[in-house]
Amino acid sequence: MKLPHVEYEAPTTVAEAIDLLAEHLDQASVLAGGQSLIPLLALRLARPAVLIDINGIDELSGVSATDGWVAIGAMTREYVAEKSETVARTVPLLAAALPLIGHEAIRSRGTIGGSLAHADPAAELPAVARALDAEFVVRDPSGERVIPAARWFEGYLTTSRHPDELLTEVRFPTARRGTGVSFQEVARRHGDFAIVGLAASLTLSEGVISDARLALAGMSDVPVRAAAAEDLLVGERPSTELFDEAARRATGDTDPPADLHGSSDYRKKVAAALVRRGLREAADNAKERQ
Amino acid sequence: MVDITLRVNGATCTGSPEARKTLADFLRDDLNLTGTHLGCEHGVCGACTVIVDGRAVRSCLMLAVQAAGREVTTIEGLAPDGGLGTLQQAMWDSHSFQCGFCTPGMVMQATAFLSDHPDADEQQIREALSGNICRCTGYQSIIDGVLLAAERNRER
Repeated sequence: MKLPHVEYEAPTTVAEAIDLLAEHLDQASVLAGGQSLIPLLALRLARPAVLIDINGIDELSGVSATDGWVAIGAMTREYVAEKSETVARTVPLLAAALPLIGHEAIRSRGTIGGSLAHADPAAELPAVARALDAEFVVRDPSGERVIPAARWFEGYLTTSRHPDELLTEVRFPTARRGTGVSFQEVARRHGDFAIVGLAASLTLSEGVISDARLALAGMSDVPVRAAAAEDLLVGERPSTELFDEAARRATGDTDPPADLHGSSDYRKKVAAALVRRGLREAADNAKERQ
Repeated sequence: MVDITLRVNGATCTGSPEARKTLADFLRDDLNLTGTHLGCEHGVCGACTVIVDGRAVRSCLMLAVQAAGREVTTIEGLAPDGGLGTLQQAMWDSHSFQCGFCTPGMVMQATAFLSDHPDADEQQIREALSGNICRCTGYQSIIDGVLLAAERNRER
């Protein structure tokens, strides 16, 4: 399928990109890595009048660690983040998820900001951002605002970004000492979208869980936190019985979608298995990082 | 139309594609480099894989205008003297391919992968090629060919 006719703009600064967005509003689509948007164009599922290609905006790429946070420019390619020592050292959950995104050739072009702005509920990065309470920095002609992950994902492929706003940066909190992580997913084939995915992070202080974060992908139209399971875990010591109960609580009141890859019931069972598996791995990982 | 200049297989090329034209269509239609194959045209099959600035990319998911100023290598650029490169010879020797449709994408993906991972084992090669579909189901012999190439590269 060939792409439909579309106007094309290639700004080289954030200011120019924002001016173009203000001019075209929801008639425009922002083209980052293009690994989701170009298929949507080919399949006529997206029909923007204008493409605003931000690949030429150098200021949007880069990984920088500041006090307690790691800021990743929206145009940072996934393979660059995957190779980043800063990411590996400070946001281990993100580092665990990155190699699972698509295939190597997809990560050559795909970007951190692009995946999170596309907001596919089965994708890896939205679950990581939701689990870690990442912050989304967007800019419009009047300035900048910061949106917490809990308010970023609004629905299937839908975020709280306004049409005149550009996602410029995503900030992830630095993992505390004693934090162990695990990213689990079940897919038909490595690189395919997960049927169910799990981002898990556990922090242990003297053997007791002081912080627990679980976000499930593929279980709803947005990535979902398993708050009931997290509440159960905090203050307890890791054990098989505890993790079994956490898996029940994480999936008890979910109503996942059904499709040709799996029924709703199947997804619930897979999610429970992933929670058990992910918590076990995160707890082992946390002990190594004491 | 957007005027672009890029390097393809070591030669400087110019063109004026429409913005919506993919790099794959530009290579095939404007530069007559039809070795790059188009299967699904939406980033699933991997047949159109080429190397841009040293990284394997899907040329159906990149616009031609985005390749301006870049260094592109296609299957035609792997052995410019008309012979076969080490990987190509190893795949030939391993009877890697049947119909040949997926061949250019497999070879380009494997080329990029082996240059970054010369010591890759079978499992890593399987993973690296997992985004390339072969409908003749000849995967085993494809993996054998890449493994043989890695071995021959190391012996050099």
